[in-house]
Amino acid sequence: MSDLEKFRNETRAWLKANCPPDMRLPLEVDEDRCWGGRNATFKSAGQRLWLERMLARGWTVPEWPKDYGGGGLSREEGKILRAEMRKLGCRSPLDSFGIWMLGPALFKYGTAAQKSEYLPQIARGEIRWCQGYSEPNAGSDLASLATRAEDRGDHFLVNGQKTWTSYADKADWIFCLVRTDPAAPKHLGISFILFDMKTPGVSTKPILLISGKSPFCETFFDDVRVPKGHVVGEINKGWEVAKYLLTHEREMISAIGLTAGRPLGQIAAESLGTEAGILADGCLRADIARFEIDAFAFQLALERTGDLLQAKQANPAISSMLKYYGAELNKRRHELVMSAGGSDALEWESERSGNGEWARGWLRTKGNSIEGGTNEVQLNVIAKRILELPGA
Amino acid sequence: MALVLNEEQMMVRDNARAFLAAKGPVSHLRKLRDARDPGGFSRELWKAFAEMGFCGILVPEALGGSGLGYVEAGVIMEEIGRNLTPSPFLSTALVGATTFLRDGNSARNSELLPKLAAGDVVVALAVDERKKHAPSATALKAERSGNGFALTGDKCFVVDGHVADLFIVAARSAGAPGETDGVTLFLVDSKAKGIEIERTIMVDAHNAARIRFARVEVDADAVIGEVDHGWPLLEAALNVGRAAVAAELAGLGEEAFGRTLAYLKERKQFGQPIGSFQALQHRAAHVFTELEITQAAVLKALQMLDTDFQRAPMVVSVAKARAGASATLAVGEAVQMHGGIGMTDEFDIGFFMKRARVGQELFGDAGFHADRLARLQNY
Repeated sequence: MSDLEKFRNETRAWLKANCPPDMRLPLEVDEDRCWGGRNATFKSAGQRLWLERMLARGWTVPEWPKDYGGGGLSREEGKILRAEMRKLGCRSPLDSFGIWMLGPALFKYGTAAQKSEYLPQIARGEIRWCQGYSEPNAGSDLASLATRAEDRGDHFLVNGQKTWTSYADKADWIFCLVRTDPAAPKHLGISFILFDMKTPGVSTKPILLISGKSPFCETFFDDVRVPKGHVVGEINKGWEVAKYLLTHEREMISAIGLTAGRPLGQIAAESLGTEAGILADGCLRADIARFEIDAFAFQLALERTGDLLQAKQANPAISSMLKYYGAELNKRRHELVMSAGGSDALEWESERSGNGEWARGWLRTKGNSIEGGTNEVQLNVIAKRILELPGA
Repeated sequence: MALVLNEEQMMVRDNARAFLAAKGPVSHLRKLRDARDPGGFSRELWKAFAEMGFCGILVPEALGGSGLGYVEAGVIMEEIGRNLTPSPFLSTALVGATTFLRDGNSARNSELLPKLAAGDVVVALAVDERKKHAPSATALKAERSGNGFALTGDKCFVVDGHVADLFIVAARSAGAPGETDGVTLFLVDSKAKGIEIERTIMVDAHNAARIRFARVEVDADAVIGEVDHGWPLLEAALNVGRAAVAAELAGLGEEAFGRTLAYLKERKQFGQPIGSFQALQHRAAHVFTELEITQAAVLKALQMLDTDFQRAPMVVSVAKARAGASATLAVGEAVQMHGGIGMTDEFDIGFFMKRARVGQELFGDAGFHADRLARLQNY
């Protein structure tokens, strides 16, 4: 038996023995995720136990080095772990912007001190991070952001406003883009800084969305003092860090559809019934099958893109393709979920619809093609950086 | 296994790419079409395929083949797709060879496979009987007769049927059309008494045939696999055909898109390259995305045929459905973005559109495979 086969067998056995039964059920709603943080809450004892057991092996971040709290797995081993978790239906033990976005940026741009301070906290889920990028007048044109950080000797003084800050009201720290040189061309005067959300002068205000939920906030900075050592990368070169991090954000958003729950055919069969093993609604059945084909292929494309990037055979801008396609796929999925639910799914406040969860989930997905760079921005990136079309 | 080609597979691809671009480009197909060539393909080129080791790509080295796998065969199909090269490679080297190899009749194989690898025999699979692919609906009758069988019925869309030396015929020996039990495969000489062949020149200038079997007598040893239980073997052959056509369509789509992209950069209107217009850029980026997603499914399907053949059907259906849909998108956008010139026969892009249409239909279209996937997932 090869080492990898041995690893696969051991991993499968360990997962079977250690993943609590309720952590092997599909996620129903976003609140089912474990986000960690200073004020971490757990929906069940199983969820807490699952996090503790995975933490002990460094498997919240399986491919990070052990020195930083990771599992020290190779890419191949990481793929096997993910595949086995998928097969058994194991949930992710810890979801975090620290893992998906800030961590990779710190590995590339952080100082030794920053890495040893922040990475282990991220791996253990001790600090919940949020991302301060968008502003009221800087959406798709992100680099025109106006939040100022003035040099006051040993610290920066930050003033301004961010918006669409995911879970800012629940986060412990923020990684944030600020303008440190107002005179420079817009991409060249930006820095990437980190600070505690408890710092005096920081306040947040949730934004009520069409789903009736508030996963995003407006975030205000009023004379917030940030030590200079909290800048990641060079001062005024934060745009480089920001772009690098965005590619990871795109991969993360594109992967959302994959963890989103049970097979659609099963949902529709339970909701609408079957005749001789086949969904009675032929048009819906065809739409679902076409969706599942694309979703299956997309999962393979995620895997292949990772392998190609690893082998240095892919353009890094390929993450825009995954973001674009993944967002559309997730929107399609939820349109079909609503269709499968029929009028039950339209009930905003009843048990039959899980108190409107079907509809809330559906409405939430409409943001997938806006957040992290709109579809149109992703298509521009593909046209310019991959297809090399003129004047894009 | 990583979802990328390994070094040896890349070498096979590079060799096939150089060879086919030189010997079998689109102009080669055009010439055969315009000359109304009776075979519709070049025997000389087929011999060269044999010398390259393509004809025997799956055949073990001991039997004169290259002893390679489905990924290698698939990358050759992809290059065939880029060049629209007509040849019996799909019917003989992939579908035919797979049937014989998985059956494993050593007496037959030791005689037949060396010839197949040498390019001396062309094999065609006769399965479809109606306008849409529906192998379980096989109705062509196989009745016991003497110490063998008599075959009666009609087949259509038999790829390379007009030039085949041998047919692999799916026949109904028991049960009723619609049942997978009761299907038997037969190996039949194309010159046997009672066979009538009508060559059908297809829209893509490739060839197929309608074949009538009027009490064609075959010996018992013409049976491939088991009497009444030929379905798994037929499915195996079809799955290889489906993955191979998916690879061909993936290559075809990429080539049509590559040509379109070049045109977008070169064609000027309103004083600028039309590729600078965002309306076209976004559509081009979308086509690129669809083709890339398909590539992953196609490679996975080919890898599964090599490593876990029994579990391949689902991903093969995904690959075939995806490849048909994304190639259709790519050629449609190709003609549209080329504008008027894309509608002319003189320009090559129309050939891609025609072949994509045939490839979409062959061995089941996107609808067939969506239905198959739904059944495999119990809904």
